[in-house]
Amino acid sequence: MSDQKKKNQTPVQQKYQQFASAREEKRPVVKNCIRAFFIGGLICLIGQFIQLFYITFFDFTEKTAGDPTVATLIIISVLLTGFGVYDRFAQFAGAGTAVPVTGFANSVASAAIEHRTEGYVLGVGGNMFKLAGSVIVFGTFSAFVVALIRTLLTQWGGF
Amino acid sequence: MLVGHRTWEFNNKPVITSTGTVGGPFEAKGNIPNDFDTLHEDMWLGQDSFEKAERVMFEEASIKAIEKGGLTKEDIQFIFAGDLVNQLTPITFACRTLGAPYFGLFGACSTSMEGLALSAYIVNSGGSTCVLTGSSSHNANIEKQFRYPTEYGAQKPPTAQWTVTAAGTAIVRDKGEGPSITSATIGRVVDMGLSDPYNMGGAMAPAAVDTIEAHFRDRGIDPSYYDVIVTGDLGKIGQTIAYDLLVEHGLSLEKDQFRDCGLIIYREDQPVLAGASGSGCSAAVTYGHLLNRMKQGEINRMLVVATGALLSPLSYQQKETIPCIAHAVSIEM
Repeated sequence: MSDQKKKNQTPVQQKYQQFASAREEKRPVVKNCIRAFFIGGLICLIGQFIQLFYITFFDFTEKTAGDPTVATLIIISVLLTGFGVYDRFAQFAGAGTAVPVTGFANSVASAAIEHRTEGYVLGVGGNMFKLAGSVIVFGTFSAFVVALIRTLLTQWGGF
Repeated sequence: MLVGHRTWEFNNKPVITSTGTVGGPFEAKGNIPNDFDTLHEDMWLGQDSFEKAERVMFEEASIKAIEKGGLTKEDIQFIFAGDLVNQLTPITFACRTLGAPYFGLFGACSTSMEGLALSAYIVNSGGSTCVLTGSSSHNANIEKQFRYPTEYGAQKPPTAQWTVTAAGTAIVRDKGEGPSITSATIGRVVDMGLSDPYNMGGAMAPAAVDTIEAHFRDRGIDPSYYDVIVTGDLGKIGQTIAYDLLVEHGLSLEKDQFRDCGLIIYREDQPVLAGASGSGCSAAVTYGHLLNRMKQGEINRMLVVATGALLSPLSYQQKETIPCIAHAVSIEM
């Protein structure tokens, strides 16, 4: 806990929090990391197979096969979300299912399903990006900042 | 009536004449399926939204309690009830169907005992002869209201609790057959500075301890008076903390005398992490399982301490800590 937060609390609160945290079950961080590593890796491996599939059986190169590969993973993830499997899988895998593109697809699809009862416009439309919206906002912004730095360096930095 | 600082003793002994409990599919696979009057296989209860499903669940529990008590809807003089969804949506709409004068309560998961305490007070003081009280919660509604979309893949920590899909109601009358309500201690808001909504048990435990201690102080009795002291939904972690705190504060309490509704309702091998929660949890377990055990003679005197975390999605996002409350009601055979 940060010092600032501690300062705002009474001694009784601080004492209780120590008392309580000794009895709390901690997040199994190491186990979660290992699971996330392998499940995340597994999803990437599946993605790799899908890419090879598109390169071997269709007219794609290594560069152009990226788009249909991502689209396929998204479709699979959305289907699993709809069937109610993805969230159970995620409880086991943690960041392993959250970080790849499948996690992003899941956040959009789950919000869309959740607010279906409020109608298509205000429900699905208005809430679909409830979770994913901030990823898009900060993703776009950080891409802009990175592009700006790169432009400055290449144009005027002489690299 | 008022004894000590914040306890009511009910000298006219209001009676719980009948109860109604309804559960969902996950509860049917749980530890106490035989203590529910109705169990549903379908989370939706045949409705097109989960909010409507919860409404139907509460209606069914109310109708069940009315039927079992040999009454009709018109005999209900007041309703004290509440749930956790936006402005009490399911309960209010259920009360539109039931048609009786209605008080909507919000005490998060402590609503069940808040309602029972108020019902007992009204009946004891002659304000009514027949009151219906109860509470409900629906897993998908709570996930939507307080957390992420139901199907969103977020990993929950081991301190998180599973919201039950259940409704429990009780009919409190001035006379009749059944266990009587002897006293109630009203809780105050306790905030120990915890802010993790995935650790409600830890946040609520001090509120439970505060109310339990106040109850014994006000009534001038000690824990050996009760066969069981049941907390609402502290879960594994909160219950351990509450027990240790009570013992540290000098209360002589046996471990098997101190139970928790959140640990009674599900089996050990169900994936509920630290236990169950939700306003339907203490209502369904108390009005189903615990009162059945009283009628079978296994319990004679019990104290039910329903605990509630009074946070909102807004307060959580604004980085506020979690204020908690607990109300205790004693029921005796």
